[in-house]
Amino acid sequence: MKLILDISFSSFATGIHQWLVGAVHSEGLVKVIEMVIAGLALLVFLVPLCFILGYMERKVAAFIQVRLGPNRVGPKGTLQIVADTIKLLFKEGLTPNASDKFLFNLAPMIVVVTSMLVMAPIAFAKNFQIWDISIGVLYVSSISSIAVIGILMAGWSSNNKYSLLGAMRSGAQIVSYELSVGLSLISIVILAGSLRMSDIVMSQENGWWIFKGHIPVLISFVIFLIASTAEINRAPFDLAEAEQELTAGFHTEYSGMKFAMFLLAEYINLFVVSAIAATLFLGGWMPFHIGHWHTFNFVMDYIPSSVWFLGKTFAIIFIIMQFRWTFPRLRVDQLLTLEWKYLLPVSMVNVILVTVMAIMGWHF
Amino acid sequence: MFLKEYFGSIYRSARSLLKGMKLTGYYFTHPKEIQTEEYPDNRATLTMFDRFKGEVTMPHNENNEHRCTGCQACEIACPNGTIKIITKQELQPDGKKKKAIDTFVYHLELCTMCNMCVLACPSDAIVMGQSFEHSVYDKRQLKKVLNQPGSKIMEGVE
Repeated sequence: MKLILDISFSSFATGIHQWLVGAVHSEGLVKVIEMVIAGLALLVFLVPLCFILGYMERKVAAFIQVRLGPNRVGPKGTLQIVADTIKLLFKEGLTPNASDKFLFNLAPMIVVVTSMLVMAPIAFAKNFQIWDISIGVLYVSSISSIAVIGILMAGWSSNNKYSLLGAMRSGAQIVSYELSVGLSLISIVILAGSLRMSDIVMSQENGWWIFKGHIPVLISFVIFLIASTAEINRAPFDLAEAEQELTAGFHTEYSGMKFAMFLLAEYINLFVVSAIAATLFLGGWMPFHIGHWHTFNFVMDYIPSSVWFLGKTFAIIFIIMQFRWTFPRLRVDQLLTLEWKYLLPVSMVNVILVTVMAIMGWHF
Repeated sequence: MFLKEYFGSIYRSARSLLKGMKLTGYYFTHPKEIQTEEYPDNRATLTMFDRFKGEVTMPHNENNEHRCTGCQACEIACPNGTIKIITKQELQPDGKKKKAIDTFVYHLELCTMCNMCVLACPSDAIVMGQSFEHSVYDKRQLKKVLNQPGSKIMEGVE
């Protein structure tokens, strides 16, 4: 029993590191090999994750709309998404004749790579992180805003008015909602006193910020959920693709694996946003503790930290999926009204409240 | 006053959004509400609803008798020429001649299931059937004769 509980991702990573140091006698080479291993591990993690999220999204959509969802391929339709992937693999990756071919082929790569880069500072489990950078939150918010370049590139190079319209909408949307996302992240940074992801998680050892920070943190959590849903272009903020108005928006002209890459990026973004919300507001891999209930806390400690992290992340993913299948899409003017007249002023006042709270030490 | 309106609008919109999420959450947690049916699996037990319009049928009773007088009201009512009625003159026992149907031809491939023939029929000879599996490999099979061979008109239907 003791042996099984001792196995964790961090001990696994340390084991690999020690073995490499013993086997390879150059420090630089060890670093390079570890980077390659980390990248491969990320890919191995992401592809099944996207399958799971794709299946989950279709099932959640189906149950919310009083349907059954995919139930033909494999048990309960679990292999449906594999069948879809195989179909996409065999499809022709068409490039329109009048498009800017270089940018057209580059755009999906940029979108996927930016969403994968954001995975770097996320703490997946206790002491298990690809890159514990000292400016983690800043890194996340700055890298994730590069994705809009990929989307604009896709829309512009397609040489199609629907694509361009979708890309322009996406640009306006991401530039606006970036502010609210940043301000809601700042409120946690003020409370934790650090931009480093591991510090932020450790600051929640005696309680998650959403409980410790009273109502202001709750408000910034809600603002973060709304604004980040908008930032990853998901319904009800999916004006960039808007199937009913713009056929498919910025990826109208894409097919085959290039289209699959946009889909992949969408699901990775969904995971990343939920993971960051879980890390900042719900304590990352920290187990749930209640004050002085020592037995309860002891039992909670026995659940592995990776399970805590993934559980919180999937809970937030579910909420974002429920948003998608509950709310109608906003118009462009409503979208900008929501940001500039509601979310931004509220989050600005909220940051002041959080600052006062942090200075006076009113949080627990 | 302005602030009251501002926060009031936030409160109202948040309340309506939460109401929507409550409903979808209810549907998500109650799989018994699911309306769809797994069609090919439940073929044996599948029953369509009463108002379902699958095809035009002519019911016959156990003596192989139908209610069609051959008045051709359905043929006139049909908007796209689905029904063709070929009539004949039948000799009555009292020596008089009477109009009766020879063949009631129904072109399923032209039919839009608009129900106008059934509404036009004065003697309720045709009704909409429940079957909907009409796929065939040859379109000639879609041309159907609704009156069964050797059938005749029911007693008392004029």
